[in-house]
Amino acid sequence: MKNINNNIIRPVDITDEQVYLKRRHFLQLAGIAGAGLAFSGLPSRAEAELKPLQTSPSKYSTDQTPNSYQDISTYNNYYEFGLDKDDPVRYAKSLITDPWTVKISGECDKPGDYNLEDILKPHPLEERIYRLRCVEAWSMVIPWVGFPLGDLLKRFQPNSNANYVSFKTLNDSTQMPGVRRRVLRWPYHEGLTMAEAMNPLAIIAVGLYGKTLPNQNGAPLRLVVPWKYGFKSIKSIVEISFSKKQPDTSWGRSAPREYGFYANVNPEVDHPRWSQARERVIGTGLFAAKQPTLMFNGYGDEVAHLYSDLNLRKNF
Amino acid sequence: MKKLGLIKVAVFTACLLPFAQLLLAAFGLAGQSLGANPIEELIHQLGLWGLRLLLLTLAITPLRRITGKVWLLKLRRMLGLFSFFYVLLHFLSYAILDQGLNFAAIGEDILERPYITLGITALMMLIPLAVTSTNGWMRRLGRRWKKLHQLVYVIAILGVWHFFWQVKLDTREPLVYAGILIVLLGYRIWLKRKR
Repeated sequence: MKNINNNIIRPVDITDEQVYLKRRHFLQLAGIAGAGLAFSGLPSRAEAELKPLQTSPSKYSTDQTPNSYQDISTYNNYYEFGLDKDDPVRYAKSLITDPWTVKISGECDKPGDYNLEDILKPHPLEERIYRLRCVEAWSMVIPWVGFPLGDLLKRFQPNSNANYVSFKTLNDSTQMPGVRRRVLRWPYHEGLTMAEAMNPLAIIAVGLYGKTLPNQNGAPLRLVVPWKYGFKSIKSIVEISFSKKQPDTSWGRSAPREYGFYANVNPEVDHPRWSQARERVIGTGLFAAKQPTLMFNGYGDEVAHLYSDLNLRKNF
Repeated sequence: MKKLGLIKVAVFTACLLPFAQLLLAAFGLAGQSLGANPIEELIHQLGLWGLRLLLLTLAITPLRRITGKVWLLKLRRMLGLFSFFYVLLHFLSYAILDQGLNFAAIGEDILERPYITLGITALMMLIPLAVTSTNGWMRRLGRRWKKLHQLVYVIAILGVWHFFWQVKLDTREPLVYAGILIVLLGYRIWLKRKR
């Protein structure tokens, strides 16, 4: 019996890892990544490539204990890679984040195509440990690495017509199997008022747990606005645009009754189909109680003034 | 007859497998896991199995007609009761684990969330069917028993509808269940018309 076992030829005996990885990369480029790249056992290519980042702590961080890397990187909503929570971790490996270009357009003095290095270079990175509240009534605590969104936007010199800023996610069906189905308006797009965007809590995140972002969390750069429901924090940004008028948003177009432009976390305004008063804290197991949801996800001191003359029930 | 006994044992065991798998997953045993949001996953899986077994129960009559195998009818009660078992656990895990038996919140959900209203209605209708599934009740109710148990058609429609209204965006899966239900109910209508 032993001999028979020894004679079994495993794939790893024929193909060394480098060749194997190259081959995988080729398959990914060919756009058939969804077909079965969920190999287990081998460390994933994407994860092996995550680079450590230099960060400094921030006064805006919560002292709550962050969720595990496992929870944060396997329980994701990123519909470009599928609709189930575990689809992004399985399929986002096909996302190519290098090279990466961000187009700046609209009401500003310095529009143009900027490559990722130029976007990131001037900004020192901070660790921002933020609560994340999903519109689906669950929450996590996430140690992001990033820098203030306002610092980035100022560099493009928005003009006096710039009342809003909007963002777009990459829309490439060869890398993102999910966009072949039009469940949302692709590319995914989101927006903020300029006042919201300039708030020091709003950041561009490029990392998680001290390393560059895993693809499923929105690599190479994403928005994080912790006082709003998670869907506002758009991932894998390829375009930033300044406008006079309030921009469209993907969820707003798909279900305007359910997802407003502001989407501030608000326990008093329910989603039409479920309550927003309490939230399920991810990572607390089967027997933990839900926790009450806080107005502005607990960031009222920093952001409530932005909405002092706004009816938040109407402008949900 | 002995063969039927064996089939019954096999079906019984098969119906328990999802429960066993969820039990292992709940305690992280045998490499099983409920993922990052275990309560949501548990509730979802229990509901899915309740609905699957309900559709399987409704498939018995067409299967018996088509294959002519009368012994299939002997499985129907067991399948129906297992469906009730999973639907009841689905509700209990929602009420106990998700809502922590906060009756005010549960009441609000039932009154204000249409998909939960549908779900609880279906469960309430399943209870009398489960209770009267015994031979004794069949005898006692006589012809009315059949009438009562035709409620299962309404329950199945409510169950699929409950699933359809619960999903956020992707209606493909509930539509598959709706398609199967339409075939199962459509077959009965067709049969009635033919006569």
